[in-house]
Amino acid sequence: MTGGMLGFIIVGIIAFISAFFVVKSEDPVRSAIGLVVNFLAIAVAYFMLGAEFLGITQVMVYAGAIMVLFLFVVMILKLGSRDKAVDRAPLQRTAAILLGVALLAMVMSVVVGVDGAMANSVEVGPDFGKPQTIGKVLFTAYVWPFLLASILLLVGVVGSILLAKRKG
Amino acid sequence: MILPIATIVQQVPLGAFLGLGLTLFIMGGVGVLIRRNPVVVFMCIELMLNSVNLILLSFARYLPSGGAVESPMNSAVSGQMMVIFVMAIAAAEVAVGLGIIMAIFRSRNEVDIDDMSLLKS
Repeated sequence: MTGGMLGFIIVGIIAFISAFFVVKSEDPVRSAIGLVVNFLAIAVAYFMLGAEFLGITQVMVYAGAIMVLFLFVVMILKLGSRDKAVDRAPLQRTAAILLGVALLAMVMSVVVGVDGAMANSVEVGPDFGKPQTIGKVLFTAYVWPFLLASILLLVGVVGSILLAKRKG
Repeated sequence: MILPIATIVQQVPLGAFLGLGLTLFIMGGVGVLIRRNPVVVFMCIELMLNSVNLILLSFARYLPSGGAVESPMNSAVSGQMMVIFVMAIAAAEVAVGLGIIMAIFRSRNEVDIDDMSLLKS
């Protein structure tokens, strides 16, 4: 087994276990901690893929900003009490898990068949994930989607302030 | 032993990254179905968005890309652009969604997905 594959397997196991904690844990704070670990593992996977800028963005945006929002809401709403976090009926849970396993088997049967030209990475050049490349393209070819995303974020800011504002 | 990044990715096939991403996506989907706490449901949705980002980025790295950097046909660049926009949309979605949960909590003093059936006919 090569070193790269070993590193990927370690990252994958960490991501899998933390995702399992997110889904399974009864305490929402523990789910949030599992989600942080999962985001960091995915950021390491981004680095392995050579996308440094997106890996750093992942750490800052997800593991930083979004998780702070989640923890704020969990703490404010006192959702940590376990009696309110009762899961669904056993029948529904079993059906959902069976559905998930069936879907996983279906997609994995496709993934295992991926081989040939797409199985190994292609040469992408040294500036694949550099901030220079991303910034240049984001502000030239993708400038209209970028502006639309900024309008979307503005709407999100105004909407969340409006929702959170106390009436009266 | 420290390997350069270009060497690491040459030793891992595309199917490994796809398998990890799809497994995380399905775990998030099962979590959305089985949990009743809306904040945890949101966390599972974030898990799904993240795994989609991972899949987009692995295709950006592994698919042969042609054309100029500015061209949408250049998958190495357009895949990363997709990841950036998904991140922006996820941030907006979390802000609005948690605001909605806060508003529901203020008016009903408890949050349970199964009790939110006001719109059900």
